[in-house]
Amino acid sequence: MTVAQIIFLITAAVILGSAVMVVTTRNLVHAALWLIVTLFGAAVLFATLNAGFIAVVQVVVYIGAIAILFIFAVMLTRREMNDTGPGLNKGWWLSAVIAVLAFGGLAWLLQGWDGLSKTAPALGSDFDSIGLLSNALVSPEAYVLPFEVASVLLLAALVGAVYIAFQRKGEE
Amino acid sequence: MDFWKNPILAAGEWLSGIFVGWGMNADAAHVLAAFVGILLLISVVMVLDIFLVWTERKIVARFQDRIGPNRLGPFGLIQPFADIIKLIIKENIYPVGVDKMVYNLAPIIMMTSVLLLWAVLPLTSFLGLDLNVGVLYLIGVGALGTLSIIMAGWSSNNKYALLGAFRQVAVMISYEIPMVAALLIPTILAGSMGINSIVAAQGMSWYIVLAPLAFLLFLISATAELGRAPFDLTEAESELIAGHHIEYSGMKFGLFYASELLHTFTFGGLIAAFFFGGWQGPWVKEIPMLGLLYFLVKATIGYWLFGWIKYTMPRIRIDKMMDLNWKFLVPFSFVLVMYVALMHALLKDTSFYALGMFLSNILLGWVTLEVLRRSARKERVQVEGAAVEGGHH
Repeated sequence: MTVAQIIFLITAAVILGSAVMVVTTRNLVHAALWLIVTLFGAAVLFATLNAGFIAVVQVVVYIGAIAILFIFAVMLTRREMNDTGPGLNKGWWLSAVIAVLAFGGLAWLLQGWDGLSKTAPALGSDFDSIGLLSNALVSPEAYVLPFEVASVLLLAALVGAVYIAFQRKGEE
Repeated sequence: MDFWKNPILAAGEWLSGIFVGWGMNADAAHVLAAFVGILLLISVVMVLDIFLVWTERKIVARFQDRIGPNRLGPFGLIQPFADIIKLIIKENIYPVGVDKMVYNLAPIIMMTSVLLLWAVLPLTSFLGLDLNVGVLYLIGVGALGTLSIIMAGWSSNNKYALLGAFRQVAVMISYEIPMVAALLIPTILAGSMGINSIVAAQGMSWYIVLAPLAFLLFLISATAELGRAPFDLTEAESELIAGHHIEYSGMKFGLFYASELLHTFTFGGLIAAFFFGGWQGPWVKEIPMLGLLYFLVKATIGYWLFGWIKYTMPRIRIDKMMDLNWKFLVPFSFVLVMYVALMHALLKDTSFYALGMFLSNILLGWVTLEVLRRSARKERVQVEGAAVEGGHH
């Protein structure tokens, strides 16, 4: 077994284990913290796939912003952190069946695919993935339109938030 | 001669050679040698941290017209070791209702978030990973620090700790925006996000000359990010006591304290790398190891700069602080990024590049100050007018 495989197996085990903990733990803040472990594991996977930019963005966006926001929301809205009551509802068997079917289907589909046994071609040391990505984001042939539309959407969300929170003069 | 060009690489190859000699797989030997290197770097950094305690206490003493630690050893140099022994033998106290796992993890994550920064710190031209997303990596690691503060505040089961953590996290999240913008400017000027490439690009002129406003912006937002005065809102003694680490005692508190000092020194190093030219200096091409000395001297100057600010400025109220960030620093940082990028594109190929960049920055700074002065005057006239009117009634 190569070192890369060992790292992958450890990371995969951590991701799966912490994902199970997210849904089974009773304490909501603990669930959010376990979610951070899961997201961090995904970042490690991206890093091992030579996708350094996506790995770092995963940490910045998901852990630095979204997870912190989750924790804030939980802390500010709940008085009692421990959830009581059953963890499963009546339809649990249905989702179990769907999950098993989806996993089985994917495994069956990928069985005949030869990409699973191939090793990835090594990237040259001068392979500039960031440069390619940033050029793709601003080139008209590639993704400039989705990129700009996304920024307009974010701007609209920002303006909306300001509008909701804004207090006009004389209106208390 | 080859050894002195890159002693670390040579030592690593020698070490993995030994491991292979013991009958180890070449890949595994390489990984193990890297781990030994990481352990070595962390040990050196932690020892440096011990002396930072002494430096910090000496700096504050000088600013307050005292002598500082001077009893144990020459110049009181042994004092930090006595402090550490005291911290270690203290009783391990768990307050009622703490969340033990999270409570114990928080100081460790705090320290880790600082140590992770050293992976990309360009100590010399060959030491320090030149990650092609280096600048973003700094921000990502900062997120871990934010996380540890909220973990410490929540798990302590103490209202003051939680309030302090909320304040600190709010500050860190808001001041991250001008900091990212300030870091974008060296990225634009160097054309790379790798920190070592940014340092390498400063051979001709340091970025403090090309972008002095970006340096000031980074200094202000970094001070807020570090939670040091004048932005140390968590340590409002009269209302919040000490913020997120009230309930910590012994070495756990020691870790928070040590990580704050090391974080400050690391940011001094980042200032050195981004604006003071990092390891650049005379004869560094011939003897690359000299770069380490230059870098450490510049990092220490950066560290002292943070100390100078901390012990000179009074603390700012939280609403004033948020106003400063959202109403001034954020819009200003966006304008600055566009302005510097434009100036860089216009002046890049001219012979007066450095001078032009410096003067254009000074011009923008002057215009900003003028605009601020006008708006402050208008506000003052309004307030005074209202006061005069109030007097008539």
